Amino acid sequence: MSAPAEPLAAEPAGEHVGEHRDYAGAKLGMWLFVFTELILFGGLFVAYGMYRSMHAHDFHKASGELNLVLGVINTVVLLTSSLTMVLSIVAIRLQRKVQSMFFLACTMLLGAVFLVNKFFEWRAKFHHGIFPGSDHLMARPPGERLFFGLYFGMTGLHGLHVTIGVVVMSVMLAFLARDKIRHNDFIKLENTGLYWHLVDVIWIFLLPLFYLAA
Amino acid sequence: MQHEAESPHIVGYATFIKVWIALVLLTGLLVGLSITHRPNLALLGLLVITPTKASLVFFYFMHLKYESAALKYMVAVAIAVLIIFIGLTFSDYLFR
Repeated sequence: MSAPAEPLAAEPAGEHVGEHRDYAGAKLGMWLFVFTELILFGGLFVAYGMYRSMHAHDFHKASGELNLVLGVINTVVLLTSSLTMVLSIVAIRLQRKVQSMFFLACTMLLGAVFLVNKFFEWRAKFHHGIFPGSDHLMARPPGERLFFGLYFGMTGLHGLHVTIGVVVMSVMLAFLARDKIRHNDFIKLENTGLYWHLVDVIWIFLLPLFYLAA
Repeated sequence: MQHEAESPHIVGYATFIKVWIALVLLTGLLVGLSITHRPNLALLGLLVITPTKASLVFFYFMHLKYESAALKYMVAVAIAVLIIFIGLTFSDYLFR
């Protein structure tokens, strides 16, 4: 891409005619990425479903050991972060830059709260000797080993997505501050939103599969 | 004003706050059904409430409701592929 052309005097401030922008194409590209993520997690959900039907009793028993309260709190945290994300996009479209930055910062904070909760949840499991390959876990029935393997694998991959989301949002916050995201050029923020909501949808499925399986 | 032409809808704050309230209430219902310890109700929660929550996020938060028909069909095809993929694997397992 060439350097953006200088705006002509007659144009409204912030409009760059020479700049190549493809709003629909950029959004379509992000949706294609969302599809690949659906298939990635879909495969893991299939693995979960198969092993659960093979070891229904073990899955049921192991699920009872997860902290349901923490799981539900994290669900509400993530749902709320999705709300603040979408409000950030509405705010920038209404040319309310400060409000948009505030909502985006709230989303990042809630993402961080989610990860901190996850940290305490995992740490409690580690203290009980439950982590992949631990002597305590290897001595248990195969179904319970599979349950915890899937639990660490799937919530871990999800947690990685949350971490990436928070990092991307910090870049978006800088873009907002420098007017690189404006009321008439907000696709970067919108695509960040699409990613963040996808992360939310995945958690919506993880909650009943792991925490409510008991 | 290219954006306004391509994506005319600016949905207000109120709509999204209502969707968020619905999502939180559905989560409460889902947890409520599962702690009744009745497997049928818990399964209903998994098969009905969870996809409903996901649909709310897709249609409102991900703005799908206001997108073009082409994008809606693409999403429908992607989800259909996922369902076929899950369905085929399970039918293989169940009738083996």
